[in-house]
Amino acid sequence: MRMIITKRAPLPGWVQALVPVAAILVTLILSAVPILIAGGDLWLSYTSLFRGALGTRYNFLETCVKAAPLTFTGLAVAFAFRAKFWNIGAEGQLLAGAIAATWVGINAPALPKAAVLVLVCAAGFLAGGLWATVPALMKTKYRVDDVVTTLLLNYVMWHIMGYLLFGPLQMPNSSWPRSPAIAELARFPVLLARSRFHLGIVLAVAAVLIVWFINSKTVFGYQSRAVGVNPRAAAFGGIDVNSVIIRTAVLSGGLAGMAGVGEVAAIHFHLLMDVSPGFGYSGIVIAMLGRLHPLGTALAAFFFSVIIVGAQSMSRLTGVPTYIAEVIQGMALIVMLIALLLTEYRIKAVKD
Amino acid sequence: MEQVFTLSFITGLLAAMMRMATPIIFGTLGEILSERAGVLNLGIEGIMLMGAMTGFLTTLATGSLWLGVAAAALIGALLALFMAFLAVYLGLSQHVSGLGITLLSTGLAMFIYRLSVGSPVNPPTVQPFTQTAIPYLSELPVVGPAFFTQYTLVYWAFLLIPALWILLYRTTWGLAIRTVGENPLAADTVGINVNLVRTLCLAAGGALMGIGGAFLTLAHQNMFLIDVVGGRGWISIAMVIFGNWDPLRGAAGALIFGFLDALQLRLQGLGFDIPFHLFLLIPYLMTVVALVSVSRRAAAPAGLLKPYRREEKG
Repeated sequence: MRMIITKRAPLPGWVQALVPVAAILVTLILSAVPILIAGGDLWLSYTSLFRGALGTRYNFLETCVKAAPLTFTGLAVAFAFRAKFWNIGAEGQLLAGAIAATWVGINAPALPKAAVLVLVCAAGFLAGGLWATVPALMKTKYRVDDVVTTLLLNYVMWHIMGYLLFGPLQMPNSSWPRSPAIAELARFPVLLARSRFHLGIVLAVAAVLIVWFINSKTVFGYQSRAVGVNPRAAAFGGIDVNSVIIRTAVLSGGLAGMAGVGEVAAIHFHLLMDVSPGFGYSGIVIAMLGRLHPLGTALAAFFFSVIIVGAQSMSRLTGVPTYIAEVIQGMALIVMLIALLLTEYRIKAVKD
Repeated sequence: MEQVFTLSFITGLLAAMMRMATPIIFGTLGEILSERAGVLNLGIEGIMLMGAMTGFLTTLATGSLWLGVAAAALIGALLALFMAFLAVYLGLSQHVSGLGITLLSTGLAMFIYRLSVGSPVNPPTVQPFTQTAIPYLSELPVVGPAFFTQYTLVYWAFLLIPALWILLYRTTWGLAIRTVGENPLAADTVGINVNLVRTLCLAAGGALMGIGGAFLTLAHQNMFLIDVVGGRGWISIAMVIFGNWDPLRGAAGALIFGFLDALQLRLQGLGFDIPFHLFLLIPYLMTVVALVSVSRRAAAPAGLLKPYRREEKG
């Protein structure tokens, strides 16, 4: 017996759109295995998961709060992957953004709040974008594998943050690795009473629309995709491939940086070592689940947020460890990969 | 300053270098074997973490360190077989499949650990491996205690380096593996089962990665922490490129990394007034710089990242 994989005729659009939904359903079914092994009651587990994330107004808004950084990192990865810039470095770029936002936030000039907020965001975006140009330059100038460099630079930025938090940026008279609080002026306003629904969520939605616009309506978006499909053909068609990769990196890193800005300016108000619980890595799965499309990415980010927020209640009610959220994320990526394969190919078993 | 140049400092530094390099050598050799056959295994970071966790829990349950190592090798091979299913048989993107394996393994490692031990105030520990002195050699000055009074797994790692080199360059199996990685079509034409060779190399490589993880929880430390692997898998991948897919050069890279890691630890211990986080990033930064400097001569196996499908022949 052998497997034969053959290309199939393109499926209609509505089937393609349902692929991520099917992948999510399959993932939830597969998640039953670790939940059952952990001794959790399945019905109670899933109901507590969804109730915990969506059941009350406050919980729903908390899910939106978590979805904001995930949307940013998901967009960052999706935009880079489309150009085959394998940016696994959203985590480090997020930290760069968080550090820059903290620095500006602490030293906020006496300007109108709107101006300070623009400064904070610009600093975070630029820091993330610049950090992403390092591996992009290495890729374009020296042909160093971008997967490896973006990964390694995550650790470099993590240690830079550690140095800052145990040194120059440490809150005076504190033994904790924690920066002073950012100024009131630099904090994102809360937009809905009795919640943490903040400006960053609106910015995340705006980013989805902007990336969608860049993707589908601008020359840069077209060039970026052309480089991703076939760099040689793109170069032959007159596109400066290196310049496109670097501009892609700046936008990608900047988006990841914005995730860090939001966590500092709206959630923690300080820089801390655990400012990101791996949002950058989740962004990879989210981008894949969203099929590298901005709107899909936003939906995937929201779904992941449901899992992450809901896992807390599931854990409280059923004793299933909260790490179930990480397991579900990993499974989702693999299931989505296989689902994508099945939309393009047919797998047949044949006898030799 | 003079304490830096004492013989005991140098002995300690070299001994620590060997220990720091060992998990990375296991990872690097495992990755070289996979990539030589044409598959980039980005699951390495997660596989090492699963190896670290499985090895630790097995030893905790059975009291046997060697059963722990065996379990780590087994789980590493199984995860790599799953990688083979995705990347070799289904022909999915090696980049994304590997990341999927890493994310899933990381989640599973934390999930299973928490399920098995709960969240106690004091995490459980095992009685770790002790060092074995090699008769006569260990009595040599300076290098004796550093190189020949080590954990058994350290000796394994260093014996594996020439073993893999011989396998790859001096045996017909090695020729088959390299052909599969360079030119799968040619390999197929001469009757080599490309997908089988890739699968076996991935599995063996995964077993080595698992053992590298187990070294961390059974020798380097005596407990499991969630960040115990801490990027050593990614460093291993960097060492493969640094070493130009050659076991000897890759291991040399791992030793340099181990040396820098050991040096930063020792200098910290001597109370040098340099922030330790800046020390911690030196090995990573050096790796990145090294990657740039060797990039001109880097020559990956030509078949790397490409799934092989018979139907696409011709």
